[in-house]
Amino acid sequence: MADTAVHHAVNEDKELWDGGKSPFKVSYGKIMMWYFLLSDAFTFAGFLIAYGTLRISMPTWPVPDFVFSAFPGGFHHKPLLFVTVMTFILLASSFTMVRAVQEGHQENKNGVVFWMILTIIGGAMFLGCQAWEWTTLIKAEHVSVTTNPFSAHTEAGIYLEGDGHDIKEGDAFDVGASYLIHKHDGEWHNLKYKVTEGEDAGMIKEQAFGPKAFGALFFFITGFHGFHVLSGVIFLLIICVNAATGLYVKRKNGYEMVEKIGLYWHFVDLVWVFVFLVFYLL
Amino acid sequence: MGLSYEQSKKTATKIITILAVITIAEVLFALAGKGYIVEGWHVPVFIMGGVMIAMSLLKAYLIVYEFMHMKYEMPGLVKTVLLPTLLLVWAVFAFFKEGDYWKNRRGEIMDKNMDRTELEVSSKQQGMIYDPNTDRNN
Repeated sequence: MADTAVHHAVNEDKELWDGGKSPFKVSYGKIMMWYFLLSDAFTFAGFLIAYGTLRISMPTWPVPDFVFSAFPGGFHHKPLLFVTVMTFILLASSFTMVRAVQEGHQENKNGVVFWMILTIIGGAMFLGCQAWEWTTLIKAEHVSVTTNPFSAHTEAGIYLEGDGHDIKEGDAFDVGASYLIHKHDGEWHNLKYKVTEGEDAGMIKEQAFGPKAFGALFFFITGFHGFHVLSGVIFLLIICVNAATGLYVKRKNGYEMVEKIGLYWHFVDLVWVFVFLVFYLL
Repeated sequence: MGLSYEQSKKTATKIITILAVITIAEVLFALAGKGYIVEGWHVPVFIMGGVMIAMSLLKAYLIVYEFMHMKYEMPGLVKTVLLPTLLLVWAVFAFFKEGDYWKNRRGEIMDKNMDRTELEVSSKQQGMIYDPNTDRNN
């Protein structure tokens, strides 16, 4: 009885080791793309966890819906509107990517090229939006890797001077109230205020700059993600052109190359879901 | 794959609609919780955080399982890709606890620096600061 049990097991092994079978029944390219995405997920997780750790270790941190409230066209006080639009653009491009892959499974060359072009446009629009976001933060609000003019108050008080924008002399504020230190003609205007509660009550202080780490973390992490979007757009272009020239027709593998770059594109969308969550929602 | 062409198209449309709805809900909840929709109405931080994270994990599930086709892959591949990411849950808890410790420690050190004289007295008594007037060995 033991002999037949061993014989059966050996037979199964022989079938597996005879060759011609792919592990998990997926091609080499696809399985390698999955494992690359797993490693990239750990890279981004490392960055986001570093962000969370540093943010928790600080007594105060810029409030996202205060920092990110600008919208193209000169609009202000539209908290999170622009980044929500960015999220929708990337989600839409993920949908068009899925459609491209589906057309590929039907060996429909024109369908593949059409839906891939839409995906590329979506990716390019996202990059344009991210560039606008960075420009606003750097040029208009003067956030840099060393200076962060966004912060929130750690004690209640009354402003002793206005800034010509939203804050007027005599405005009272509570703990946690956000502020942006303005810069005019190369000079920072840290507004003075009088503390009204707590152990420093009665003291006159100046608006302090926010945690330096904010700028570095924001630009590095969104920059790293933007770099992935850029490389994704480049790869999508290359594969779209290849598909259009008929390179994948002879392969008769359901346009698997499109599927593989599709995995990468969805990963880029997935990372944005978490960057969006961590930077803008929490 | 199991799904026909028509079924696949329908499923994709269904999933993207769900993702769009969840995104809108996330943003509205974030703004509402911070008092933007109903003035002054605030939701406690841990409820906000919990709901946001749950919604984002749901979005992640839909993207990975449907858009990236994980649902239709062999169980072995699913496990080798997804199980390692569970380690990140541990990483999150460990590092956030660390960040919290840094904040508390900084506070403790600032408090200690405020009371310098007390520090000098206790350090001298423990023999940590050298005072030639009380040195009995030289």
